[in-house]
Amino acid sequence: MPRRRFGSNAGGWWAMAKARASRLRPARFDELGLKRAFAQRLLPLLVAAMAFLAALTLAAMLATAGLARHWREGAGASLTIQVPAPEAPAASGGGSRADAALAVLRADRSVLEARRLSGAELDRLLRPWLGAAPETLGLAMPAVITVRRAAGSPGATEEGLRARLAAAAPGVLVEAAGAWLSRLAALARSLEALAALALLIVGGVAALVVAIATRASLAARREALEIIHGLGASDAYIAGRFAGRATWLAAAGGIVGTLAALPVLALLARLAAPVAALTAPAGQGLMTMAGAVMAASVWLASLPLAAAIIGWLTAQITVRRWLHRLP
Amino acid sequence: MIRFHEVGLSYTDGVESDGRAGLVLRDISFTVPSGGFRWLLGPSGAGKTSLLRLLTLAVRPSQGEAVVLGQPIHLASRHALALLRRRIGVVFQDFRLLGHLSVFDNVALPLRLDGRPEGQIRADVAEMLRWVGLAERMAALPPTLSGGEQQRVAIARAVINRPALILADEPTGNLDEAQAERLMQLLIEMNRLGTSVIVATHQTGLVERYAAPALRLERGRLVGDG
Ligand SMILES: Nc1ncnc2c1ncn2[C@@H]1O[C@H](COP(=O)(O)OP(=O)(O)O)[C@@H](O)[C@H]1O
Ligand SMILES: [Mg+2]
Repeated sequence: MPRRRFGSNAGGWWAMAKARASRLRPARFDELGLKRAFAQRLLPLLVAAMAFLAALTLAAMLATAGLARHWREGAGASLTIQVPAPEAPAASGGGSRADAALAVLRADRSVLEARRLSGAELDRLLRPWLGAAPETLGLAMPAVITVRRAAGSPGATEEGLRARLAAAAPGVLVEAAGAWLSRLAALARSLEALAALALLIVGGVAALVVAIATRASLAARREALEIIHGLGASDAYIAGRFAGRATWLAAAGGIVGTLAALPVLALLARLAAPVAALTAPAGQGLMTMAGAVMAASVWLASLPLAAAIIGWLTAQITVRRWLHRLP
Repeated sequence: MIRFHEVGLSYTDGVESDGRAGLVLRDISFTVPSGGFRWLLGPSGAGKTSLLRLLTLAVRPSQGEAVVLGQPIHLASRHALALLRRRIGVVFQDFRLLGHLSVFDNVALPLRLDGRPEGQIRADVAEMLRWVGLAERMAALPPTLSGGEQQRVAIARAVINRPALILADEPTGNLDEAQAERLMQLLIEMNRLGTSVIVATHQTGLVERYAAPALRLERGRLVGDG
């Protein structure tokens, strides 16, 4: 590079001032030459890819956890009861079969609410299957009673309830949502565990990537390391130089990867919004969504931090182990 | 003070590939008092550099007991060795300068590793570079310097933090007569001020001019002490 005369132009003067500052300012002091030796593009890029995967996995994990909770709470808490020939007289007493069934339900202590669906509600439920006017088909419509029970009602009472219902109105159908809801909840829990495992693997691969990059730069700087070591640099000092660099590169990768995942997650959230609104209790859809987004942001913001910690810790361990070849 | 007692050194965990004992140094026993000066003499391959590697704490002894500046180096912790190295100045045969750092930064390195304040470092290093005649080349990178200039940078770095012990391996090998003379004056001056000095050489002319006790090595054994 040709030397510029002092003051010949502003750029030359600036370059000189900068060169002088970097020579004298210890903050820029890079005695191990890590700025060039430490994979400064590859490492953040790979960590960014890991952070991207981690962000998606994390979102999947949070979503599954939410569904699992929803299903767990729902399991066992709701029953649907069909009473065929609802207006026929009950086996005993004066009322109709439907009234007798309702009376049995309302007498049960585990039942919080038992409500017979109106004709209009039934129509709306059946319309997708039967078209606009079921009556015109001449079908005998059962009465449908939805029952909300206290969460965690023991199965024994359910058996007793069935027996009493059958006695009051023979032929009654009791459909417990519990069985399939708890199966769904179990499925969601396994998915959650799988996502956690995937997160662990992603973290492990990130650590491996940092370890490989650190070892490569240790090898590239072997001579400088031996010189610094010979001049009395402690293991803590040398490991700290590498760890500082690894922390910064991994954090940068973590930030880039997490930011890159945001648009993808936003898109997924938009696709999921109508479903979330449907499954959440009426009026709470928006609240649950907001809560999920809040929780997700906190977790996502912790990803670059996690990357930084993985970078620091891995570099510390790798360098200290390597240094043990020197006395 | 330096005291070696029946020290042995092997680079191959004690056994050569052909099965015989692979000791490059054996039964080394000697004492150098604080402030002493010693030549380290012997033909090429006798083990001079290996003995200096023990003294610079670049290797631990494979056998025996070695005390350097009062520290038993066969027992000391890694951290204790690191602290001890900061009190030892070394001029290597091959200089061992950091090619990507300026002359100034190379010489400042021991002070920075020791955590000295930057203001003091600047003054000390500038003075030291004036002293070895490299004030003009402060910002140069070592690969752009001549062999003699690089050697002077290495010497400046070795003495910048006033070590208690200076070790030099063939330090005059790359210097002309006048420069060698100047270096010897520096080492003698440092020794007069209380620094222990050990200089390995096979240049007998130098030894004749500067009479001092000598450690003589031959095929890994000490054959003369005094
Ligand atoms: N790093 C090493 N690994 C294995 N053998 C070595 C090593 N350094 C030196 N040696 C051997 O040790 C012996 C002494 O070498 P050295 O200490 O360099 O002698 P000098 O400095 O007196 O020439 C030689 O036989 C040499 O081959
Ligand atoms: Mg030698």
